[in-house]
Amino acid sequence: MESEPILVVENIKKAFGPRVILKGVSMAIRRGELKVLIGPSGAGKSTFLQCINFLVTPDAGEIRLEGRPIHHSRKRELYAYRQQVGMIFQDFNLFDHLTALDNVMIGLVRVKGMDRKSARERAMAEIERVGLKEHAGHYPAQLSGGQKQRISIARALAMDPKVMLLDEPTSALDPELIGEVLAVIRDLVANGMTMVMATHQIGFSRAMANEIIFMEDGLIVEQGPPSVILSDARCERTKEFCSKITELYGEAS
Amino acid sequence: MDELLFLQDEVVPALLKGLRVSILLIVPSAFFGLFIGILVGALRVYGSRPVVFAADIYVTLFRGIPLVVQLFIWYFGLPYLGIYLSPFTASIVGFSLCSGAYHSEYIRGALKSIKRGQMLAAQALGFSKFQMVVSVILPQGLRRALPGCGNEIIYLIKYSSLAYMVTCIELTGEAKILASHSFKYTEVYLAAGGFYLGLVSIAGWILHRLERRVAIPGFEHHRG
Amino acid sequence: MPEGIAAILNALPYLLQGSFVTIVVVIGAMALGLVMGVPFAVGQVYGGPIVRRVIGVYVWFFRGVPLLVLLFLFYFGLCSLLDINLSAFTVAIIVLGSISSAYQSQIFRGTILSLPEGQLKAARALGMSDTRAIVFVIIPQALRLSIPAWSNEYSIVLKDSAVTYALGVAEIMARTHFVATRTYQHLPLYLAAGVIYLLLTYLGVKALRMIESGTRIPGYTR
Repeated sequence: MESEPILVVENIKKAFGPRVILKGVSMAIRRGELKVLIGPSGAGKSTFLQCINFLVTPDAGEIRLEGRPIHHSRKRELYAYRQQVGMIFQDFNLFDHLTALDNVMIGLVRVKGMDRKSARERAMAEIERVGLKEHAGHYPAQLSGGQKQRISIARALAMDPKVMLLDEPTSALDPELIGEVLAVIRDLVANGMTMVMATHQIGFSRAMANEIIFMEDGLIVEQGPPSVILSDARCERTKEFCSKITELYGEAS
Repeated sequence: MDELLFLQDEVVPALLKGLRVSILLIVPSAFFGLFIGILVGALRVYGSRPVVFAADIYVTLFRGIPLVVQLFIWYFGLPYLGIYLSPFTASIVGFSLCSGAYHSEYIRGALKSIKRGQMLAAQALGFSKFQMVVSVILPQGLRRALPGCGNEIIYLIKYSSLAYMVTCIELTGEAKILASHSFKYTEVYLAAGGFYLGLVSIAGWILHRLERRVAIPGFEHHRG
Repeated sequence: MPEGIAAILNALPYLLQGSFVTIVVVIGAMALGLVMGVPFAVGQVYGGPIVRRVIGVYVWFFRGVPLLVLLFLFYFGLCSLLDINLSAFTVAIIVLGSISSAYQSQIFRGTILSLPEGQLKAARALGMSDTRAIVFVIIPQALRLSIPAWSNEYSIVLKDSAVTYALGVAEIMARTHFVATRTYQHLPLYLAAGVIYLLLTYLGVKALRMIESGTRIPGYTR
């Protein structure tokens, strides 16, 4: 394993008016690692992920990608950085007026400036990778939730991201559709993608994550390998939460 | 300095004179229009088939034909049938009938949005159909229709300027006369525009107050 | 009444030419309103406080002052004040278009605000600048959703175009009045004009409905 982390996030703070969401959260992730964020709703996981690619501007803190600090006020630098950090949303956020193929192509054509033909080839390759070749011409409203999420993963992958952020990618899905999305994510792990993922899929995390980070009230309470956090946590709150979600979401998948 | 004197001595008095006529046009037209709108709106929801059909035709015609054409029909057209209306009367007739057609759309929508249970409850209490409409349905329906109808009254204020086209000299007419005598077109028309903006803003403010005043907690006006 | 019918039949070609003028004025005004209304709406939703304030005043002015007063103000007032020579036809399009831009900006503003916030977020997450996100993601969706309100706006602009007769634009209304004062068949001719307007409304709304179903996104319901 390399010694230098690919993405370093230091002391991120964020408040919306009087409500303090993040009280100083830090994280460092190495190439090929999967870090899973868990914690009760309102813990700040989603805000934290959105701060990492500046969809929410942090009040304080620093972010370094491959050692270079990101200046989010410089627009060009920000846009270039975001291309290298893929984002998967809980509610997919596919562009509703575009077909699956166009959704995957739009970033290549409009952001990377690729010509339409090569963009199309690249987009088709990504769509095939998530197993939706025959749905490429469909519009988001014609796809199931699981298919939408797989297309949104293809859209992010097409940009060749160095890191991917996944914000509860399966929590808006019906139970029977969760498996297909987790299968795609598992495939990404196997191919060495670096990822930070907020999820309640405990079974998946136990099997795949290098580290689980337990957050509460805008702070990291405890972090460590899944075996420790899930079975042998030091902190009482961590234990309590883990047993609750294990009960709720089970050990399956 | 000349400009200010001109404004004070000529523009303002003339426009105030016109404003008086405009208000005399707007107020009765708004009143009649609303009355027609409520009547037609209720008929379109609760009337028998032929009545609904007739009311729909009225609304289609009066919403579909430009107001200027309607005014010309009342003022220049009716003498063809031996009926002579003064410019003032023709304008009020035209405004009321056109406005009523628009109001009826809002009233109809509001009445239709009232839940069936409200009517069943009234019937269960032994209300006659008429009593039910007056004491249960209209109080709810009019509240829901208020934003739309208020908007229509604001349109009426602006469209009252069209009375000038059938030679009824109101605010716009006075402005036109003054402007062509003094050749100070821009100043005079801007001043007239200011008067209308004032009227529209006051009406908007009153309607906003009224909406808040009659609001019932938890009774949604805009969307369910 | 037979004279009335004869008068209508005689005047019909002349009135239909007027319809052509009316249609050009309406299409010109709607297009101008669209070209101005979209940036105004974007400015009102995404712009800073000053931009929003300026657009707000513009909208307030053009929605508050009657069309007839604006026509007189532009044609007799501003044109001579600024010493530009514009035809009544051009002024009619400019004034109707400016008013329509105020109303259209409010239509687009409403549809932009109705789009889920995630659309903009997802575009930003791909590394798009806000300008690109608005042009390629927000506006294409907002325009589609605006078509029903647009067909309403069309029927309003069409009816308002009759007022441009006051400047002497040779549209339906002006021609009808011209024929009526010569033949004394006022009532039948105005009724005929009314029917022409009803037809134009019907055709326009129908055309927009076709555009709406042609640009509809499969499976997308709102």
